[in-house]
Amino acid sequence: MENNILFKPGHTACAGCGQAIAARLVIEASGANTIVVNNTGCLEVFSTKYPETAWGVPWIHSLFENSAAVASGVEAALKYLGTKDLTNVIAQGGDGSTADIGLQALSGMFERGHDILYVCYDNEAYMNTGVQRSGLTPFDTNTTTSPSGKQSSGNLRPKKPMPEIAVAHGIPYVATASAGFPQDLQRKVKKAISIKGPKYIQVHVPCPLGWRHETNQTTPIAKLAVDCGLYPLIEYESGVLINRKQITPKPVEEYLKSQGRFKHLLNNPEEIKKIQDIADNNIKKYNLKAEA
Amino acid sequence: MKEFVEGSHAIAEIIRLCRPGVVSAYPITPQTHIVEDLAQMVSDGSLSSQFVNVESEHSAASVVLGASATGVRAYTATSSQGLFYMAEVVFNIAGMRLPVVMTCANRAISAPINIWNDQQDSISLRDAGWIQIYAEDNQEAVDFHLIAYRLAEDKRVMLPVMVCMDGFILTHGMETLDMPEQEKIDKFLPAYKPLYKLDTAHPITMGILADPDYYMEARYAIQATMKESVEYLSQISKEFNSVFGRDYKDLLVEEYKIEGADKVIVAMGSVCGTIKEEVDAQRAKGKKVGLLRIISFRPFPYARVYEALKDVAKVAVLDKSVSLGAYAPIAVEVKSAFCGKKKAPQVISSFVAGLGGRDITLESVQEVFRRLGAKEVNADFIDLKPELLKEEYGE
Repeated sequence: MENNILFKPGHTACAGCGQAIAARLVIEASGANTIVVNNTGCLEVFSTKYPETAWGVPWIHSLFENSAAVASGVEAALKYLGTKDLTNVIAQGGDGSTADIGLQALSGMFERGHDILYVCYDNEAYMNTGVQRSGLTPFDTNTTTSPSGKQSSGNLRPKKPMPEIAVAHGIPYVATASAGFPQDLQRKVKKAISIKGPKYIQVHVPCPLGWRHETNQTTPIAKLAVDCGLYPLIEYESGVLINRKQITPKPVEEYLKSQGRFKHLLNNPEEIKKIQDIADNNIKKYNLKAEA
Repeated sequence: MKEFVEGSHAIAEIIRLCRPGVVSAYPITPQTHIVEDLAQMVSDGSLSSQFVNVESEHSAASVVLGASATGVRAYTATSSQGLFYMAEVVFNIAGMRLPVVMTCANRAISAPINIWNDQQDSISLRDAGWIQIYAEDNQEAVDFHLIAYRLAEDKRVMLPVMVCMDGFILTHGMETLDMPEQEKIDKFLPAYKPLYKLDTAHPITMGILADPDYYMEARYAIQATMKESVEYLSQISKEFNSVFGRDYKDLLVEEYKIEGADKVIVAMGSVCGTIKEEVDAQRAKGKKVGLLRIISFRPFPYARVYEALKDVAKVAVLDKSVSLGAYAPIAVEVKSAFCGKKKAPQVISSFVAGLGGRDITLESVQEVFRRLGAKEVNADFIDLKPELLKEEYGE
């Protein structure tokens, strides 16, 4: 395998894994002068099982929740060595390790102003341990710890607003992206690393196993999430919303019926309405509707 | 140069002289004075380290992990709950073979919450894969940090080292000590040259997943290094003596008036100063008593303990921590040293004292010697207040 490939094939991700696609897009946008610090999770497991590694850049994994803090140490060491300006530092993890167990470390990294890009691969549940709900699992999602049943239609609460939480820290750059829009994702990564200070990008990455869809549907489903307003693609610079992807909104039902995790909702218009309301609120809040 | 200084200030000073690239810590009593002083040094420009003020001990340990993996000498300090909060990272640092040095300002563990000294914190992390050395006084605490970096960064070792010093008793105690000079330190402790590091010119993957085909060898390697480190401690101690003129012998144990003794106390840390005073007093009266001070708790020097105590009739092990529901931690190790051996003391009794900062006085030590009789006792508490126990159970 050629050495200039920074995230090599041959790893053990599931077919159709959105995270594997996004991780390769991210590191190729950032380039060879990058050190990656990875939380525990699917990406770490499927890319670094000894004695093999998929990574063509220096890469370190420590624990589930501390990539933001380990990356802070890497960045501080590079500053001490005088090589920080030549090196990008990326900390990354899944939605659980970012928004739940790793939120404190991430908040510390933001507040201290480290020159680090944090990338959250959001597949909306703890997939590595078998599809348990996280703080970024959408409302009404059927997961193994938010199962639908006679008394419940799935996950009780909407997604934690991580991009806004990042923005509230006063950091210079925050964006959402999607595995369904590769050029947009890479543009955002390149922009982020051109800015000094802490940056946050949250990438929506379908998980065929956890979302229960065909492995060839990863890209269309990622696009649908954006196109129905449930996953707005937005960009903040210094706290100001500077960009959003405009859409001609599709009904959320189209997105919901594409995945087994929402199957229990399909004969329940009341619940679908609640999810449509979430999308409508996003469309209004971020002014997503394309002008006719 | 001789200085009369507070323990914490002396530690900050020796850390400065060790030239760490990254210092990261989170405040906890009684560690605070050390990191406050380091922060001041960075602010004044006398220390060129990156000082990373973190939001928790978990992140403090994670920051020094990241810094060390990037090839830079790193330092942190903590105590008690802080050590427990970073416990997960503490194990991880050792597993990744990163030569971090940490000061543990030994303090009791909650509940009940208590900020005073015992050794429950570091003792509870004895299985973490860190070399643990315990100082008796502040001269040792200073010298041990220097030795700690040298040992940790030794290519044959590549393990983190925890220098344990009793909270308040040492950290806040004033003492005249000889601060090593920069020139000599630079000779003894050259700049850190890592075997492996995160480097874009030579990309490597660190912190891999090891399945059942590979995991055990990684753990075995640490165990093997720990065993060998008994020898490396002695070698480095010898070198230290040749540069600085202070002789810590093998750095494993200190034998104090053990020759011909029929009663010996085994203990660790600052309490040994008090025990030495009592030993001197009893020796003056013709009583054959002595002290065996444990310096290195990990690796535990079983062979040295065996040699030192095999001809002693009665041994009292004095622990400043407990393993609730079992024998006391140091006592377990001392007893193990004699398992299946030809010679052994007639009695190895175990005592627990000084928990949560209760003073271990000369009277406490006398009480240990008194209770050290023909009948073996285990985890026998010294200086308990029976009136408080009565109240508790409402007899």
